[in-house]
Amino acid sequence: MPAPRRERRKVAGSERVGVYTLLRFERGGLDAGIPGQFFMLELPGHVVPRPFSICLAPKGELGFLIDPVGPVTRELCELERGQEVSVFGPLGNGFRTDVDRPLLVGGGIGVAPLPYASQLMGKPPAILGFRTRHHAEAAKLVPKAEVCIEPTLVTELIPAVPMNVLACGPEPMLHAVHALVPDAQLAWEAPMACGFGACYGCVVEFESKSVRLCVEGPILNGRPPVLPVLNGSEEEKAE
Amino acid sequence: MILNASGCLDALTAPAVARKLDAYVVKTVTLEPRAGNPQPRLAETDFGMLNSIGLQNPGVERFCTEVLPRLEELGIPLWISVGGAEATEYAEVCARIGERATVHALELNLSCPNVDPAAEGAAEIVAAARAATEAPLYAKLSPLLPDVAGVAKSVLEAGATGLSLVNSLRGLALDEWTLEPRLGRGVGGYSGAALRPVALAAVFICYKATDGEVPIVGMGGVETGKHALDLIAAGASAVALGSILFRDPNAPERVRGELAEELSARGFKRPEEARGVAHRSQND
Repeated sequence: MPAPRRERRKVAGSERVGVYTLLRFERGGLDAGIPGQFFMLELPGHVVPRPFSICLAPKGELGFLIDPVGPVTRELCELERGQEVSVFGPLGNGFRTDVDRPLLVGGGIGVAPLPYASQLMGKPPAILGFRTRHHAEAAKLVPKAEVCIEPTLVTELIPAVPMNVLACGPEPMLHAVHALVPDAQLAWEAPMACGFGACYGCVVEFESKSVRLCVEGPILNGRPPVLPVLNGSEEEKAE
Repeated sequence: MILNASGCLDALTAPAVARKLDAYVVKTVTLEPRAGNPQPRLAETDFGMLNSIGLQNPGVERFCTEVLPRLEELGIPLWISVGGAEATEYAEVCARIGERATVHALELNLSCPNVDPAAEGAAEIVAAARAATEAPLYAKLSPLLPDVAGVAKSVLEAGATGLSLVNSLRGLALDEWTLEPRLGRGVGGYSGAALRPVALAAVFICYKATDGEVPIVGMGGVETGKHALDLIAAGASAVALGSILFRDPNAPERVRGELAEELSARGFKRPEEARGVAHRSQND
C-alpha cells in the first residue's frame, strides 16, 4: 500500500452532480490509493481537516464527492479552479476488490467510494439508494447501477444469491446490509480529526469490538489494516 | 523540550511523529479499562475544537502487558498520563507501572473535562501517587481553577515534581438545525487556538507563584514556534503540542525549527535563557 503524503494541492475543477459536488484536485505526488481509502482535506481557517473517500482518480487528479451539509462541506463545494487545499492521504484500509461475484451497494452520499471501485473492478453490478430523484443524479457516476428512491430500500433489491457485497451508506443501511450479508465489506463513517490514529474521535463498536475507523477501517471486514500509518518512509514526508 | 499533549498522538500508529519529540506522553491510563464516550466525539467550533473521548484506554493491566512493551521498543523517552476516579486508583496505576528506565515521568491527569471529577482534591491525589512511586510526577491542572497558583503550590507540597498547564476548557457546540449538542455527551473539552492565552496566563501565574523553581510543561493552542516561545517566556520549561498534531503531523519538527529561529532572532542561544523573561519587568 502506498504511504500517505500531505501536500497543498490546487483545485482542478468542480462539477455539480445532483445535490452533490464532484471536486477534483491536481494529484501532484499523491497516490490515489485503493477504493474505500480516504484523504483528509484541510481548508485554510479551519481547525481540523475532514475525511473524504476517494471517488474517482482520473489521470493526474483526485476526485471527491462532497455533500454540502455543514460549513466546511459548503465551502469545499464553492472552491474554484486554482484554489489550494491541504490534502493528506491515502489513509485507512480500503476494500478488498479481488473478490468473486462483487456487488456494490450505496446509500446517499455513501455512493462516494463506489465510482472508483466500479472502475477498478470492471464495472460490477451496483444497487444505489437515495432520498430523492435529485440526490439520485449521483448514480450516473456508477455504471450498471440499479437505483431505488425512498421508501424503497437497497436491502430490498439485494439478490438472495450469495454475492460479495461492498457497501457504503448511512449507519442504519450498513446494519441492515450486515444482517443480510454478514461478511459484507462495510465502509463506515465517524467524525475524525487526524486520520492516523491519534485522536480516538472515530471509534465505533463493531461486533463487540471497539475500532478506530481511521486505522482499523473505514472498511470493516475489508483489507487488514497496514500499521503503523506514519513510519518515516520517504513517501510520507509532509509538505 | 517539545512533547505532545496526552491523547493527541499514538506513537504506535505514528512512530515517525513521536520520534521528533523529546518525550512521548502516552494517552491517559486508568486502573480499569474504559470504553470511552458515545459518538459523536468530535466537533469543530469557533476558534478551536471540542472532543469527548472519555479517557478510552485498555486499563493498566493490558497497558503494561500489551502496549507498554511495544512503546518501549520505539526507544523514545516515555511519560505516562495517569487517570482515575479516586486517589487510590491513581496510586494503584502508578504502582503497577512501577519504576522503569523508559518511563521518565508520570503525569497525573487531574482535570479531564470529559469524565466525572475524582472524589478527592488534587493534593490528596498527588500525595497518594507520591506514596506509590518515586518517579517524577507532573500534576496536570485545569484552566478552570479559580486559584491555579494555590492548587499548584498544594500539589507541589504533596510531592509533585512539576506542573502540566493546562488541560482543555469545557465547551459546547449545538447542531445548526436541531440545536442539540453536537457531541454525544453534550459538553466536551475545548482546545486549540482559543486556549492559547488561557494557558499562557496559567503558566505565567504558576511560574511566579513558584519563583521559577519547578519544571512547567506549557500547553494549549501551540501551533507555531512563536507560540512555544511565548509559553517559555511566561515560565514553561517544556512545551507540549496538542490539537495541531491532528492537522499537521509534521508539527514537532516544524515548531522546533521555528522556535530556534524565534530564539535566535531575539538573541537567545538556548530556550532556557528565555524562560521566564516575561516576568522581568513585573513588579510585585
